[in-house]
Amino acid sequence: MAHVSLEVAERRKAWSFVAPALVWTFVFFVAPFLFMAAMSLWEQQGGGIVRVWKLNNYIAFFEKDALFRGLTNSLEITAIVTVFSILLAYPLAWIIAERVPQKYQRTALILAILPFWTSYVVRSYSWLLVLSRNGVINQALLNLGVISEPLELASNRTATVIGFVHFFVMLLTLTIYANLVQLSPNYRRAAADLGANAFQTFWHVILPLTMPGIMTGAFLTFVLCIGDYVTPQILGGNNELVLPQIIMLQLGRRADFPMAAALSIILMLVVTAAYIACARWLKIERT
Amino acid sequence: MARNRLTNFVSSVYAVLIFGFIFLPVIMLVLFSFQDGRLPVSPFNGFSLQWYEAVFADRKLMSALLHSFLVATISSLVACLLGFFAAYGLARFKLPGSALQRGLLIAPMTVSYLIIALGLLSVLNVLGIGLSLWTVGIGHVVINLPLCFAIIYSSMGDQHINIERAARDLGASDIKVMALVTAPMLLPSLLASFFLSMTFSWDEFIIAFLLSRFDVTLPVEIWSLLRSGLNPKTNAIGSLVFLVSVVLLIVLELFLFGRTKKS
Repeated sequence: MAHVSLEVAERRKAWSFVAPALVWTFVFFVAPFLFMAAMSLWEQQGGGIVRVWKLNNYIAFFEKDALFRGLTNSLEITAIVTVFSILLAYPLAWIIAERVPQKYQRTALILAILPFWTSYVVRSYSWLLVLSRNGVINQALLNLGVISEPLELASNRTATVIGFVHFFVMLLTLTIYANLVQLSPNYRRAAADLGANAFQTFWHVILPLTMPGIMTGAFLTFVLCIGDYVTPQILGGNNELVLPQIIMLQLGRRADFPMAAALSIILMLVVTAAYIACARWLKIERT
Repeated sequence: MARNRLTNFVSSVYAVLIFGFIFLPVIMLVLFSFQDGRLPVSPFNGFSLQWYEAVFADRKLMSALLHSFLVATISSLVACLLGFFAAYGLARFKLPGSALQRGLLIAPMTVSYLIIALGLLSVLNVLGIGLSLWTVGIGHVVINLPLCFAIIYSSMGDQHINIERAARDLGASDIKVMALVTAPMLLPSLLASFFLSMTFSWDEFIIAFLLSRFDVTLPVEIWSLLRSGLNPKTNAIGSLVFLVSVVLLIVLELFLFGRTKKS
């Protein structure tokens, strides 16, 4: 032990730098996660948890419509939100990258994503100011004489989607813009030289080249959207609950931790599947 | 030329519409925080600061504000420090399984906050550890550590190695090299990861909601305000939080990103 080789000493030193972060991640992330995975196999009976090691919670998820609808609602809302966000964000990113003078692009971008920095809870609340029965849209329509009775615009799926799209348009504008400005203008010139018109250039050259930006943003949108509790809880009403809302319900009234754990594992599997699909797609695209 | 003019026209119209969509809720929020009346909807009755006075007179909101600030500062410091040490260890030394270690450190980024919170909550329950601002802080370090590590690790280019080696040859210990050579060189990314962590922790809701009990952070306190429905007081505190974020963003832009661009 007296002659510890230089390499071993170096390695020991390196470990001492990395260890605190690794230990933290293991104790407060990996271990709780493994514990939750184990708990998802247990069962809540009466006042306590019975450690039975059965798949009962997962079976209940597929059999009970109220639970399973949570997943399908989540997937439907997330899909709609992702598509609409891409369709609305792409032209905005394009306008900032192509039509705004270079000098003002950064300012325009910062302005376009400014409301991104409002508090998450407050952002959903501020959509209530717009969509509720006495909100600004109903007031405007009433004053214009388009409607005689205020419409129910909040507390439904549409309101949830609007709240989400608002947030993710800003996120996607950022990722797509970052992709667009990296493209060399030579692509456009080459396409024009070869006789492509503006639409052909966009469809066959620019759009495929910005796919990585779109996919990165779409993946982030998917992950953040499907795991969010705040927006659907504030804007969505009580008719169509999404998976995170159903998880929170298990914690509240019923205090059924094993069921909440099982639903969380299902949520995580869905996200992992999306990640694998995205990663594989990006890899195929690159080769 | 005619087509170009048409594109410009369509672009302008689209820009106006989409900016309207993006800013409409924020404008409503800020405008009706000055409402002289009990409802934050039109008609706008007149300009009044009464709801801001109500916010500053609200003991619960003010202590939640302080809690949020403390949790954000301390948890970001811890996350930044742990991330910096780990990045230094992994970037400057050859370690077996370093790819796996990097993967493990980044992993929490891919998991929903709700699941991270739920995992911690069930373990704390079983161990009988009470919920407090400390448990919220632990959760926030878990979500911000991957971010800090990734930012700092990616900025630890090899161009700094020789300077560090020179310092070591001149007799500086590892800690001294890190504190007096590496950290100053990486200051922009250290500050960026610290302030980014601060904004995430400051705004985080679900972990703070599930892992706190009596002392709560600002987003959780605002959440309980929402039960009273539309209320100009909520507008006022929301506008204040927005103002803080915007100021933070401008500071970052002017002093950090602006500076890195020049160098």
